[in-house]
Amino acid sequence: MTVQLTRRTFLQTASATTTLLIGFNGSNILASGNADGEFTPFVRISSDGTITAIIKHFECGQGTTTGLSTLIAEELNMDLDQVEIEFAPANTQKYANLFFGIQGTGGSTAMANSFMQYRTAGAAAREMLIKAAADEWGVSPESISLANGQLSSGGKEASVGEFVAAASMLEVPAEPPLKDPSEFTLIGNPDTNRRDNEGKVNGTAQYAMDVYLDGQIVAVFIRSPRFGGTLVSLDDSGAQDIPGFIRTAKLPTGTGAIVYAKNTWAALQSRDAIFVEWDFSNADNRSSDQIKADLLAAVNTDAEFNARGTQGDAAESLSRATKVISKEFFLPFLAHAPMEPLTCTIAPTETGVILYDGCQMPTGAQMALGAILRIPPENVQVKTLYAGGSFGRRASPSADYHVEAAFAFALSGGKVPVKLVWSREDDLKGGFYRPAVAHKVQVGLDDDGRIVGWDHRISGKPIFKGTPSEAALVQNGVDITSVEGVADTLYDIPGLYVGLTDDKSPISVNWWRSVGHSHTAYVMESMMDLAAVEAGQDPLEYRLAHMESGTPDQNRLAGVLKLAGSKAGWGTPPPEGHYRGIAAHKSFGTYVAEVVEVSGDIDNGVVIEKVTCAVDCGIAVNPDVIKAQMESGIGYGIGHVMRNEITFTDGEVDQWNFPDYQPMRINDIRAIEVHIVPSTERPSGVGEPSTPPSGPALANAIALMGRRVTQLPMEANGITFA
Amino acid sequence: MPTTLTINSRKYEVDVPEWTPLLWVIRDELKLTGTKYGCGVAFCGACTVHVDGQPVRSCQTYVEDVVDTDITTIEGIDSNVANAVQQAWKDENVAQCGYCQSGQIMSAISLLTDNPKPSDEEIDSHMWGNACRCATYQRIRSAIQSASKNLED
Ligand code: FES
Ligand code: FES
Repeated sequence: MTVQLTRRTFLQTASATTTLLIGFNGSNILASGNADGEFTPFVRISSDGTITAIIKHFECGQGTTTGLSTLIAEELNMDLDQVEIEFAPANTQKYANLFFGIQGTGGSTAMANSFMQYRTAGAAAREMLIKAAADEWGVSPESISLANGQLSSGGKEASVGEFVAAASMLEVPAEPPLKDPSEFTLIGNPDTNRRDNEGKVNGTAQYAMDVYLDGQIVAVFIRSPRFGGTLVSLDDSGAQDIPGFIRTAKLPTGTGAIVYAKNTWAALQSRDAIFVEWDFSNADNRSSDQIKADLLAAVNTDAEFNARGTQGDAAESLSRATKVISKEFFLPFLAHAPMEPLTCTIAPTETGVILYDGCQMPTGAQMALGAILRIPPENVQVKTLYAGGSFGRRASPSADYHVEAAFAFALSGGKVPVKLVWSREDDLKGGFYRPAVAHKVQVGLDDDGRIVGWDHRISGKPIFKGTPSEAALVQNGVDITSVEGVADTLYDIPGLYVGLTDDKSPISVNWWRSVGHSHTAYVMESMMDLAAVEAGQDPLEYRLAHMESGTPDQNRLAGVLKLAGSKAGWGTPPPEGHYRGIAAHKSFGTYVAEVVEVSGDIDNGVVIEKVTCAVDCGIAVNPDVIKAQMESGIGYGIGHVMRNEITFTDGEVDQWNFPDYQPMRINDIRAIEVHIVPSTERPSGVGEPSTPPSGPALANAIALMGRRVTQLPMEANGITFA
Repeated sequence: MPTTLTINSRKYEVDVPEWTPLLWVIRDELKLTGTKYGCGVAFCGACTVHVDGQPVRSCQTYVEDVVDTDITTIEGIDSNVANAVQQAWKDENVAQCGYCQSGQIMSAISLLTDNPKPSDEEIDSHMWGNACRCATYQRIRSAIQSASKNLED
């Protein structure tokens, strides 16, 4: 991003409180003004002295509000808790995420794309306030200091609020000097606390589930129990006597019906009392065994698409190998199961509607609501609330639950607020899963155990085909999120071939914490481990030996491997009966290595004693937030690898609720230790990258107990946990 | 027929069927939204409240079961233990998405009230039923330990 010279967008006009707003216009040029009509404000300073960071990414626990307000506070020399926080309203042009083109949070990009924008906006505000004070006091700008909202020079002192009006008349500096990293007091400070702590410990933080508007009704959906089924008939006589039941409405899409009630409990009870018949002739009626067999068959034949290299190259390089190791893998469908089930509320306004949502992609929701309700997207206001977790689920390329909410609102008549509620059962049965995938890998080794060939075939349902993002993310038939982490591996692998075959099931799939990396890292890092074992070499050294081209990418991955290894005591014997496994992976620009130490045994109970993690995510803006995200991604990754799967019997999801989609629990991992590599590189994402290496690091430790787990989850495949 | 419930030392008249889960009365009727819905089947702990001082899952507790009891939700907690727990939660930056944390805190308060100096194993067994999809467990454990320590000092 370059900051170019600009003219101020417009001058202030009269208003009750004068404000100075600074941000960027559509061409990414620094701009200021006192109204936010033509550019994206990132910081607002009011004449009462209030300084507000305007947060363009949603908060689902990943620490965005803390991170982005840190950048503003840093450049303005404030204490972190002196900066107020506000979520930006939805506006495609204004708050475009630089990586997505529309406003959204995903791919762990919040910090990566905002680091320079927020700092630059904060620095510009600082320069303008100082200039205004210098002009007024007749002193040089250099003599003025700004700290904690106070400007001072010699004996003079004033609150920033007093200079807001004057500052807003000034030209925006083209390239305001940013603080030198040596002067940072907040960025990189391990002792900063999260900004959202208070409301999250006293119950006042407002989530979308907590929206209760006057006259609001609740809508729950009846969806086909098999993916691809259509509604034939509906009998709601059983619900008529349930207090609070209002009525049902069939969806024009034929895919189901809506149940309206006065409150949540009435809606859930009414739904249970309604009798429906379905037509499953176009549904996926397979059971899990068949799905698995089909995917495994697909990776045992010629691939549909080539993602890297050719089959011929791979065959040729494997023919030169002295030993070929071959493995098949199967990784199941997974639900995201954020703690707060999906929900949002649409209420009528004078010109359109307002959406209350823990919105991950406000502009996607805006477009979906606009299309279904036939109103211009700009007449859809979005009120972003806290999200009770997401892991990818609160956005989908089809904006699925926003589409449902829009139908529910439209079919209710559009006069009263309608709250769409998903139950936990809806969440587990309702699709948008991490796709089930099969991999088959053949690795050729030479006499020294070095990798000389690699044939890698993958089959699963692509996430982006047939969605608006297809043009960007599907190349030559290959959905890049199906092969990321393999086709672009950082290891030096001669003759690498990656082939992909699409699964065409109507079961809906979606990005799930770390997207394709959630399965590719498991396979790559299991195979690297196997290859090291076959070669009789240390798994850590073996990985380093396959990154000897010394690219910056490889050096950073090697860096985290070495750091995690040294912190975990790699190379020293573990305590009696303990085993250590290691894995490393780059995703979303961030490099993570993890060592998992286990004890016990696979028949009577494996104990996960400790996970040691090293991360290189560039400049660590909030080290404690980074640590928390690493801990979270590790728990999420390991929990699913241990015991989670979505399975099918005759096309219907077997799982029902948490009892059979058992969340990771407090006793599952005894300890997690996170180490951050010091860096001066741009910050990169931290919400997802610790998930990919966690599963294979555990699997590599368990392999030392006598079983190499190639089908997940582990508990369904012969491993018992204590 | 309206039922009277005592929640956070206040009396509320509610007109709901007696088999309505307490959770939905607290949330949908009384708008005390700090108590969360996560599963509805007593398997996640997000809906934990205290009934006569004991932690219960309000999603599987029915209105008829709690007449003539003292119910406390996250909005009504106020004791040395509660303050210590909330402070420790902030000091350790436990919350991520935060959605499970009301329930975690209600469970942690009941643990420390009954057992002021729990071991890690005792914490794990008491807190097992409180799921956190963000996996903030390491910090929950250390926050409980530090609250315990601060209460002792
Ligand atoms: S909502 Fe009550 S335990 Fe999950
Ligand atoms: S903090 Fe998100 S579920 Fe616990």
